[in-house]
Amino acid sequence: MLDINITKTLQGSAGSMELDVNCAIEEHDFVAVSGPSGSGKTTFLRILAGLEEASGNIEVFGKSWLNAKKSLPPQKRGLGFVFQDYALFANMSVEENLLFANKDKELAKHLLALTELDELKAQLPNRLSGGQKQRVSLCRALMKRPQLLLMDEPLSALDPFMRTKLQQDILTLHKEFGTTTIMVSHDPSEIYRLANRVIELSHGKIIHDASPKEALLKTQGSQKFSLTGELLDIFKTDVIYVAIVAIGQQIVEIVLDENEAKSFQVGERVQVSTKAFSPSLSKV
Amino acid sequence: MSELDFEPFLLSFKLAGVTTFILFLIALPVSWWLSQTKCRCKPFVEAVVSLPIVLPPSVLGFYILYALSYNSPIGAFFDETFGIKLVFNFTGLVIASCFYSFPFMVQPLQGGFETLNKNMLEASYIAGKSKFQTLVFVALPNIKPALLTALIITFAHTVGEFGVVLMVGGSIAGETKVASVAIYEFVEIMDYTQAHIYSGIMLALSFSVLLGVYLFNLRHNKRIGVA
Repeated sequence: MLDINITKTLQGSAGSMELDVNCAIEEHDFVAVSGPSGSGKTTFLRILAGLEEASGNIEVFGKSWLNAKKSLPPQKRGLGFVFQDYALFANMSVEENLLFANKDKELAKHLLALTELDELKAQLPNRLSGGQKQRVSLCRALMKRPQLLLMDEPLSALDPFMRTKLQQDILTLHKEFGTTTIMVSHDPSEIYRLANRVIELSHGKIIHDASPKEALLKTQGSQKFSLTGELLDIFKTDVIYVAIVAIGQQIVEIVLDENEAKSFQVGERVQVSTKAFSPSLSKV
Repeated sequence: MSELDFEPFLLSFKLAGVTTFILFLIALPVSWWLSQTKCRCKPFVEAVVSLPIVLPPSVLGFYILYALSYNSPIGAFFDETFGIKLVFNFTGLVIASCFYSFPFMVQPLQGGFETLNKNMLEASYIAGKSKFQTLVFVALPNIKPALLTALIITFAHTVGEFGVVLMVGGSIAGETKVASVAIYEFVEIMDYTQAHIYSGIMLALSFSVLLGVYLFNLRHNKRIGVA
């Protein structure tokens, strides 16, 4: 069980902001932390790791990591941390990277086999692809058999195929090692596949705390489906108005009447939903 | 032509070697601290460290001479307590050279440490390693070109010093008469042949050392994938 109650004043590009996070996390949970950039997600993770100072309390599995009197240094927290940019030791081979964290050759061998890296164990990190580097980083983070694993957007620099593969690795390792995992992520499909709880931060505060299904499915009431996007353009053809909306990587056309057209402004965030028809699914 | 006397060269290299060794031990913690600190006093410390680059060697030499001579409290203390004289001997040269070459050791090391990925150092802390272990096993091995540059430039700069050496050491054969001072004396007594030989040797040595450094850096950067 993790009891977190922290505050810290952050200096961002939009002036100062108060990071104020208060939550409890159960053992073996997989928590995704999401929210817009600059909302304090990374700082939250770094405070948990002891890499940044904050005031408040952190209690992890019955041990106090942070209180009014002391802050346990990162060396003594015994957690695992996966950085977005891998942060591998460039002067050490794949295997040495793991053994530097803990001289347990059996465990290193096991982890490298699980993540299909055993053939690369003598390579230096700069010889590896992004996906391979992140797998090494993940293995390294687990070398101390941490109870708590923190990941800061671990897959955001990888292509979709590699992401899916690594999500599987993360899930396997999370289960095998029985870690409590906190991961910063923006990717809804990633959150849905991996996490059992989503904490959404905005301006340093928790604004949503729910299961992935509740947090990610945006439908309300009798809506059949609902997607959020950005309104790119509104133009008139004959008697109707057409709105162009970007949803993810796709562009869709929505027909509007005159009143509706006047109530929207280009650049707004909008929700596209339907009630009357069931959307149908077919293979592409 | 008289027999070529290698003693000034040996003295130059002995002085440079000792100075480089001492400065490495002093500059390592200083440059590491400068690269990691958020202290407001950092610019002040950096300015002090860099002073010898800007100051005329005669100014530096004058202050060192003034501070270490038998008439000063420091010089008198060392003379009375340890029986060590700090000027016009090899010890004095080493002390003066350490001041003179200090920025040439600190700056490349600091620059190297500052280019390191901060997350890599933090990953080492999270792996349970102390700052000292991180410095030795992660930071230093990843700044090899900067490390080599610092060592070689400090060595070469000490071999090449003249003004400070002359002021603090004078020109005592076998004790303080280093190569650069010897050349100055040959020119003064118009022995151009010897001056040519000594200067030629210095030129060739300096060039080979620098070429070696740059070749190493090129190869290293290719290996770890920087260039």
